[in-house]
Amino acid sequence: MDNAIVATHPHTHETAIAAEHEHIVLPQHRHHFETQEQQREAATFGMWLFLLTEIMFFGGLFFAYLLYRNWYHDAFVVSSNQLSIPLGAANTAILISSGFFMALGVWAAEVKKQGLLVLFLVLTTFFGVAFLGIKAVEYHEKWEKHHIPGASFDVSQFINPEKYGLHEKPLAPDMAQKTQIFFFLYFAMTGMHAFHMILGIGLLFWLTWRAKRGEFSAGYVAPIENFGLYWHFVDIVWLFLFPLLYLINRHPGT
Amino acid sequence: MSATSYTIVNLPDQRTATLPKRNYLNNEDGLLSWLFTGDHKRIAILYLISITFFFFIGGAFAGLIRLELLTPQPDLVASDTYNKFFSMHGIVMIFLFLVPSVPATLGNFLIPIMIGAKDLAFPKVNLLSWYLYWIGGLFTLAALVLGGVDTGWTFTTPLSTHYLNTHVVTAATGVFIIGFSSIFTGLNFIVTIHRMRAPGMTWFRMPLFCWSNYAASVLMVLGTPVLAITLVLVALERLVGIGVFDPTKGGDPLLFQHLFWFYSHPAVYIMILPGMGVISEVISTFSRKRVFGYTAVAFSSVAIALFGFFVWAHHMFIMGVSNYSALVFSLLTMLVAVPSAIKIFNWAFTLQKGSITFETPMLYAFGFLGLFTIGGMTGVFLGALGMDIHLTETYFIVAHFHFVMVGGMLMAFLAGVHFWWPKMTGRMYPESLSKLAAVTTFIGFNLTFLPQFILGYLGMPRRYHAYPPEFQVLNVLSTAGATVLGVGYMLPLLYLGWSLKYGAIAGNNPWQATGLEWQIQSPPLTENFIETPIVDHEAYDYEWLAHKTAQEVTTVG
Ligand code: HEM
Ligand SMILES: [Cu+2]
Repeated sequence: MDNAIVATHPHTHETAIAAEHEHIVLPQHRHHFETQEQQREAATFGMWLFLLTEIMFFGGLFFAYLLYRNWYHDAFVVSSNQLSIPLGAANTAILISSGFFMALGVWAAEVKKQGLLVLFLVLTTFFGVAFLGIKAVEYHEKWEKHHIPGASFDVSQFINPEKYGLHEKPLAPDMAQKTQIFFFLYFAMTGMHAFHMILGIGLLFWLTWRAKRGEFSAGYVAPIENFGLYWHFVDIVWLFLFPLLYLINRHPGT
Repeated sequence: MSATSYTIVNLPDQRTATLPKRNYLNNEDGLLSWLFTGDHKRIAILYLISITFFFFIGGAFAGLIRLELLTPQPDLVASDTYNKFFSMHGIVMIFLFLVPSVPATLGNFLIPIMIGAKDLAFPKVNLLSWYLYWIGGLFTLAALVLGGVDTGWTFTTPLSTHYLNTHVVTAATGVFIIGFSSIFTGLNFIVTIHRMRAPGMTWFRMPLFCWSNYAASVLMVLGTPVLAITLVLVALERLVGIGVFDPTKGGDPLLFQHLFWFYSHPAVYIMILPGMGVISEVISTFSRKRVFGYTAVAFSSVAIALFGFFVWAHHMFIMGVSNYSALVFSLLTMLVAVPSAIKIFNWAFTLQKGSITFETPMLYAFGFLGLFTIGGMTGVFLGALGMDIHLTETYFIVAHFHFVMVGGMLMAFLAGVHFWWPKMTGRMYPESLSKLAAVTTFIGFNLTFLPQFILGYLGMPRRYHAYPPEFQVLNVLSTAGATVLGVGYMLPLLYLGWSLKYGAIAGNNPWQATGLEWQIQSPPLTENFIETPIVDHEAYDYEWLAHKTAQEVTTVG
């Protein structure tokens, strides 16, 4: 067996040549990575893992939702009828647009077009904010209808729907109580989602500022790419939330 | 590979030896250079100090608990204060000591070096984890100062959400934040091991310490978020009174149990796997042999991690899960014992015919083997449905998990700290004192926790501060043992501290071990390796080492 465990090794030299060759001399290179490529791969891999933890994080809520939805089917049907499909659908469209512009942003960074990158990031932000605006309208509506659990939640409207002008099957008082769980899960899930969007919009401002300074127009695109992954993940969570909360098993009341 | 006999050849000459002029400890000076460091080795040291601090806080509460239990009467403190004692003991020990102990200290220090990398993939995230650890720790301490928590470390609803009027939200926030610290550590390890191995460092040349930390990291990354969301739900339920876990509103406390144990069962493997990694290194080094069945031991870590996710409901046998699912979970629980047993048997085979020497780390490792085996076997009792119903919530449980976690993880942690102390500090600790400490710990441990098995079997429930007089003798024994154990823990604190200044210079490889970390200087350079190493031999290849020593091949640094 050969015994040189630690031999001199031309890696660093090679790297230098490779970098020169591709004309990438990036100030963002961190000393502990062997190559630029390794750094980029590590960042992407780290991001995917982070998203995996996010899936588990939301997973707890989805688990609770599925469990309770099975047990309290009637309450869940009635409560989901209280959500506004037009608003939810509008939001879905808005979020998809924002995801679309984000994807274009990643492309712009990769082809090194600084102006386009900034533009697309601004558009992504714009649609993100619009989404949150609509969410705020929806939350406000819930407040007015006494659908906020814990606060002034009103079950009587589900026990006597006609009195409130609702076209729903009346629920027995204990089943009517369970509507509160639906609304809690609604707020917990959409709230957690909105929280992720708020963080994302904060990051978008920061990335836009950096993009304006030209940081991502020279081949260093990992932050944009990885943020893109995050933003798409947030979109995808919504694409599960929308049918689960707004659409499934929805049917006209009695 | 046959056992190669060896003598410690390269201990430096005492009169002339000095520490290397340039190393990671003196590379930069001043407190700020530590608080803003990105060096994984410095962060490891920061963790080591912090974790030791919290360990002694948790230990103080253990002392108070045992003091109260000295007599059958509730004479030291009232019952609600007692509840706060054991809650604080549990929360601090689990979340601030056991979970981060080996990964955040030894793992942080060693994993990059062992795979031939200059640092972890994300040094800033690594530092962030340490700050999160402290922020979470401060929340936990705040909960204590403000008046305590009395939910136990499990935050069980509806107790935590409705009945107890203590600082549950503060403590839960603390644990939530610490959770992110461990998620980030795990994430960093996984990416580093996947992407930053040196040329030639294949998966199957990796030291088993890396494998076991890798498996534990997978558990951290997948399990901890579930704990985090569960705690958010508990806090919300408490603050705004929504009803996810509240039966009067249609919620179900069992949901809490499912979510909580989905994390917390795997969490026991988060706690024990890195310790098993330490044991593999120590046993191999001090018996001069490659770990028997290296591949099986490596894969058993991964198997433990995977199976760990399917057994959570064995914590819920008496909580109203159906008989059918209880049966399934009981069987699955037995299955997890298999990969653990694989490890134990393989260590035993490694020892067999090895040229064994009993340095201090090896003493702790033997302690681990004995105690963990007892802990594990009693775990099989508990996995058996009928037994569990008799023993659950008694002192049998307390004894069982202390054997596994304290006898297992803590012994492994001490083994590891002693083993790598020369590498981390460049100095040796006093040999006879350290052996004395290891033996004291072992005796103290058994005296503390063996009586608790009997107490539990006789029916003494846990979490009570008074008990029938016939249990007193055993309780007195246990408290006496705890005192001995306390001494056993204080000793290393003293002599390791002493050795920082007065210990003999250790040299690069005082144990004649094979890992990459032993081929560089002690304490290492900030950049670990000047040139990236090329690895051309298996882990624990002592023939290679003998060869290398004979030829005096120069090492890096
Ligand atoms: C001198 C050493 C120790 C003694 C005497 C001791 C004693 C105890 C006792 C008597 C309890 C049970 C309280 C009860 O359920 O009524 C307990 C619980 C516990 N101990 Fe220890 N302990 C010691 C060290 C440790 C260490 C080092 C750890 C972790 C590394 C640990 C982790 C725990 C945990 C997680 C609990 C459960 C707390 C709960 O029920 O909420 N203990 N300990
Ligand atoms: Cu378990």
